[in-house]
Amino acid sequence: MDYQPLLLTFKLALVTTMCLLAVGIPLAAWLAKSKSRFKPVAEAVISLPIVLPPSVIGFYLLLAFSPNYHFGQLLESVFDIRLVFSFPGLVLSSMLYSLPFMVQPVQAGLQSLPASLQEASQTLGKSSAQTFFRVLLPNIKPALLTGIVLTFAHTIGEFGLVLMIGGNIPGVTKVASIAIYEQVESLNFAEAHVYAAVLLAISFIILLTVYTVNKRLVKSRWVS
Amino acid sequence: MIKINIQKKLHMAGGDTALRMNTELEANSFTALYGPSGAGKTTLLKILAGLIQPEHGRIEVNGQTWLDTERSINLPAQKRSIGFVFQDFALFPNMTVMENLRYALPDRKDERLLLQLLEAVSMQNFAQRKPDTLSGGQKQRVALIRALVRKPQMLLLDEPLSALDNEMRTNLQDVLQQLHREYGLTIIMVSHHLPEIYLLASHVLQIQHGQIVKSGTAGEVFGWEQSVNSITLLGEILSVDPQGVKVLVNNQVIIIAAAGNWQIGDKVTIACQAADLTLKKLL
Repeated sequence: MDYQPLLLTFKLALVTTMCLLAVGIPLAAWLAKSKSRFKPVAEAVISLPIVLPPSVIGFYLLLAFSPNYHFGQLLESVFDIRLVFSFPGLVLSSMLYSLPFMVQPVQAGLQSLPASLQEASQTLGKSSAQTFFRVLLPNIKPALLTGIVLTFAHTIGEFGLVLMIGGNIPGVTKVASIAIYEQVESLNFAEAHVYAAVLLAISFIILLTVYTVNKRLVKSRWVS
Repeated sequence: MIKINIQKKLHMAGGDTALRMNTELEANSFTALYGPSGAGKTTLLKILAGLIQPEHGRIEVNGQTWLDTERSINLPAQKRSIGFVFQDFALFPNMTVMENLRYALPDRKDERLLLQLLEAVSMQNFAQRKPDTLSGGQKQRVALIRALVRKPQMLLLDEPLSALDNEMRTNLQDVLQQLHREYGLTIIMVSHHLPEIYLLASHVLQIQHGQIVKSGTAGEVFGWEQSVNSITLLGEILSVDPQGVKVLVNNQVIIIAAAGNWQIGDKVTIACQAADLTLKKLL
């Protein structure tokens, strides 16, 4: 039994989630307060992965990352980076693929906070950064947790995108969902079953944790 | 002395209007802003606080320019010496009462001040509670002292007592009077409650459609300068019976023996002499 695809799946989900935290929170903060006329465009682009088949995103990213085209060439000649069929390429495409799952809950959380919280913090002499990290973010913990967990779970569930961008390189890009497909194709049902059962159990536990913890977080606001 | 001269377009539910105000307030005075909702009272407070920018204007507080659109001066909210008490209290739910106060404290850790303030509003036993576990009156008191932690020159109150019952209101009115005296604050308060304005405010600005329509003491603004010796009530005739006319006044029915050609539904006035009235203290 080869556990590498499972480990790789969780490594990918973890790295993707951490990178998306860094990228998604500022993006959500901008969307939450922006009145720019480009905001609907940005929102539409961010939400695309929800409606598009993963193979569509995978196809365009494959073209973009491929050394045969401009962007891929540029990356390779200037930075010596090849994204196609590599782990960093998987992380980057997973980030795009899961972007709405991080941005939307955080944005909704920030928008649901009364404007007076931010105004009060300003009148108490605090900068925008202090206000954001000490007042706004701590008060949207349930939304943050939802964003983190959905991103993590969504990345675990990737298949089409990984197949297009990463292929099936053991230890580099062969994640559990690909391994299941490969085992089934070679009629190796027992091994496919193990991968599938592990993914099923872990996904369920993750979601159960979110709902339990979120309930407690909401409740803890009422109890000192 | 506080000089205010501002212009700002307002987009209200009832349509667009323009806020135009030009007034001067004494330092250490207690001013009430009175007027219908949507008149621009809260907007004026937020402009003073630096939370909303007017298109044109100048604000000078005790010789310091906070805003001058012509000279492109606009002191950010953080640098203005103000305390703001919001209508919804705006206490941070993630922090305890003490942490809310500590958050407001500038760099030096003057915890003694925080304890003094907590004692001033009898909240010392609630320091470790989260805001969501407090009653409306308690939240209001915390919001009030949190606004004072930075020792501001000016305290801006947006309908601070509106959510409170009468007992709590009286209690907080005392606290406000005491804080006003002790800290030498200039207080500007939005209020709809006439007795409160009469009790607390030395100056009243009546605001309508973004303009100051009257300015003066409560007596001058509301016409209470001269007391009258008769009062007039408005009522509506419910029925005309042989024993008298039934008139509905303030949800109460009075039977008045008055001859005349009355019709059901007539709007009438009832006049009585002050000498005939009796006063009774409520429990």
